[in-house]
Amino acid sequence: MADIALAGTATAPRIKAKVSGEEWGARAALLVLGAYLVITLALPLYTLLTKSVQDKNGQFIGLANFARYFDDPAMLQSLGNTVYVSILGTVITITLAFIYAYALTRTCLRGRGLFRAIALIPLLAPSLLPGLALIYLFGNQGILKFVLLGHEVYGPIGIVIGEVFFAFPHALMILITALAVADARLYEAAESLRAKPARIFFTVTLPGCRYGLVSAALVVFTLIFTDFGVPKVIGGSYNVLATDVYRQVIGQFNFQMGAVVGLILLLPAVLSFAVDRMVQRKQVALLSARAVPLQPKPRQTIDRLFLVLVALVAGFLLLVLGMAVFGSLAKLWPYNLSLTLKWYDFSRVGTDGWGPYFNSLRLAACVALIGTTIIFSGAYLIEKSRGATRLRMVLHFLAMIPLAVPGIVLGLSYIFFFNAPDNPLNFIYGTMAVLVVNTVCHFYTVSHLTAVTALKQVDAEFEAVGASLKVPFYRTFWRVTVPICLPAVLDIAVYLFINAMTTVSAVIFLYSAETKLMSINAINTDDAGNTATACAMGIVIVATSAIVKGLQVLVVGGLERRTQAWRKR
Amino acid sequence: MSGRHPYLRIEFVSKNFGDFQALKSISLDIYPGEFVCFLGPSGCGKTTLLRAIAGLDIQTSGRILQAGGDISGLPPSQRDFGIVFQSYALFPNLTVAANVGYGLAGGKMPRADIDKRVSELLAMVGLSGQELKYPAQLSGGQQQRVALARALAMSPGLLLLDEPLSALDARVRQHLRAELKQLQRRINVTTIMVTHDQEEALAIADRIVVMNEGRIEQVGTPIEIYRQPAAAFVADFVGQMNFLTVDIEAPGLIRLGQAVLEAPDANLAAGHGVTLCIRPEDIQVRGIADGKGNTLLTKIEHMEFLGSFCRAELRLACGRALHADFSINAMRDLGLVPGQELQVALPPERIRLFPGEEKAARHG
Repeated sequence: MADIALAGTATAPRIKAKVSGEEWGARAALLVLGAYLVITLALPLYTLLTKSVQDKNGQFIGLANFARYFDDPAMLQSLGNTVYVSILGTVITITLAFIYAYALTRTCLRGRGLFRAIALIPLLAPSLLPGLALIYLFGNQGILKFVLLGHEVYGPIGIVIGEVFFAFPHALMILITALAVADARLYEAAESLRAKPARIFFTVTLPGCRYGLVSAALVVFTLIFTDFGVPKVIGGSYNVLATDVYRQVIGQFNFQMGAVVGLILLLPAVLSFAVDRMVQRKQVALLSARAVPLQPKPRQTIDRLFLVLVALVAGFLLLVLGMAVFGSLAKLWPYNLSLTLKWYDFSRVGTDGWGPYFNSLRLAACVALIGTTIIFSGAYLIEKSRGATRLRMVLHFLAMIPLAVPGIVLGLSYIFFFNAPDNPLNFIYGTMAVLVVNTVCHFYTVSHLTAVTALKQVDAEFEAVGASLKVPFYRTFWRVTVPICLPAVLDIAVYLFINAMTTVSAVIFLYSAETKLMSINAINTDDAGNTATACAMGIVIVATSAIVKGLQVLVVGGLERRTQAWRKR
Repeated sequence: MSGRHPYLRIEFVSKNFGDFQALKSISLDIYPGEFVCFLGPSGCGKTTLLRAIAGLDIQTSGRILQAGGDISGLPPSQRDFGIVFQSYALFPNLTVAANVGYGLAGGKMPRADIDKRVSELLAMVGLSGQELKYPAQLSGGQQQRVALARALAMSPGLLLLDEPLSALDARVRQHLRAELKQLQRRINVTTIMVTHDQEEALAIADRIVVMNEGRIEQVGTPIEIYRQPAAAFVADFVGQMNFLTVDIEAPGLIRLGQAVLEAPDANLAAGHGVTLCIRPEDIQVRGIADGKGNTLLTKIEHMEFLGSFCRAELRLACGRALHADFSINAMRDLGLVPGQELQVALPPERIRLFPGEEKAARHG
């Protein structure tokens, strides 16, 4: 018997899994997704890379463009400027967001829901809006100009304040997540050992959210480093990399130099990735399954202190938004402050009127619909299909790349790739289609991760049960997986919609006269000196985003009521 | 059994996960209508083997034949089985009826027939009238029955159960265990159940396959597994067992300290390092005469009251410990108390010998 067994192992051929028809279908779909991601992401980025090592005639010149870049004092100046405002902005944003997150999660703060909602306002606005509001507040005719003690808001001060507003909710969400999970027993242990509150903070609280702090700082730094909207509006003559790319490409048609700056803009994301990997390797699960969740206890002085701090931050956020609203309604700032709706008559500042608004809506609707379909079903195939392991790994990696690519770099890559005359896809350049494809790609990663997280929570054996009952996987997907994941699907759709409404950086390279968008129109209108109208356009975008977000809350609420029989949450 | 044709035949099945060999050339036949349990500690390969049979994780090498056909490489959708997972994997957004009828609804079966079949299945598992509830509205035991009804809906030739009872509390588990066995008898479906609970396996299985580290240690009926464990690992894993390192004196004679005892002739060479196994309940205290018939003089060190019986820790003359179970009756009649000296007998026919010293023998 032992001999037979040994012979069996020695000579047994490898069993090759037979692939059923529906599995071939799933693999074909994965290949289509792969082709889509290669065409809309990998090839454009590759073109950017090649452009940076070519001269104007397309000849390979090695690193000559980079050498020229680092010889140019003006260029180096903007690199220095960018690093400077990014570091300053990151330090301020993280400090404020940490205080805010700590107050929301670890103190007995009243009105938590309200403060949380206020903190998310900046997500609904295009990044030029804080710039405009700051001009009203601190500009030459600003009501709070005296606060700056004679310094100009146009330049680093304005950029940093605007970026803090813009980046705040991103940092806050990461820090809330990091601070929300805590094991009460660690605190009880520390207290029973008679540790002072400050010591507990530095030995228990901070180490517990170290990883969240690092990743929030990386995200904020990258956001500020690559942001285009704020410096465009309030930077004045203070140049940063993102505005440099725009000037090189749109102003001077110097595509090669644009490509070089674009690649430099990729650096912080690459750096973040490396740091993230390092930190993550050291990170161990601090929360075991048997941890006791921490319930904040009332501490009168501390609770009051944090209420004041949080109110100040929330007040600042509301002030910026409120100022933008008021600026769009005041008859003639700052001389005649009576209210008017005339700035909302967009036909006064150009022939487009409200056309760009409907373009924006069309783009946002298409991106939400098409993007959600592609990203969610793509994530499902990557996460749940059998076999084709290597292909699925490659696709997951491709889906992660957009997070590292700033909009302005993606937009630039798209010009290089889709505007090339020998590209058979050249015909979509200048159409709404290229804007849709670009925007879906721009916001792919966060949506993909949302989908993957939701799918991971679905019982891994549903597909196996379906197969044992001879039901094809796509039917189980449609009848079971999608209904269970509907809240996440809506999350993705609304995220894509709002970002398509507010984005400027990528699409500013790609729009044409027929596909001009509201956010871009606002920038152009501000460039032409019509600040109030630009503000009004920004407010229209905020209002639209807010309505869509509100609708989502209503729909999800209704959905939960209708499905509460089976949804345990 | 060997006269019949096996329904499921597993031939030299191995499964590697990278460098780790989860299954090492497993061969096994399962006969029509049998209820077989794969029993073993976690990581022994029992679930891996079940998933290979289902086609969910196809084996690296070796063949699997079902009803005479080679299914080795087939995807799960082309095999003939119903499955119940530990999590039940009930679709939370579908009603009980839709869950049970999930596989029926796609085909050509008319609506009315589906409804009829679903009610039959629900009646069979004792859940009539629960059609319109959602899984979250049912208790754990009810959910388990829905999963069972769904797995049986397509009348599969093979029923696979992956620790189906382990998520339930002890009382429900015992109750469902009996029902499951009855139901399986009634519809006579060949069934494989994976479990790490030896009591469950003993109670429910026609045959038990004890697995350890990717290998089969023993295949046998519950009584064979319990009475004649083929390896020290099996003896240790199933039920309570005393392990004592002894020397072979001569064929059929062993030395334990100063005492020489009769034991079955296990074909082991004379000398050092053999492990003696005897179950605590097989140690006799009544009806033994002094110095005769495999007796040992011991001292009661400690007694643990376990409800219907008492487990006593006995100290041998050589200083080693031996556990023995005494009924409450015996305790009363003999007036057993800790500290007392006690003569016990180890019936030769209850003794099993395994090669190697105690530690090595236990871990196979």
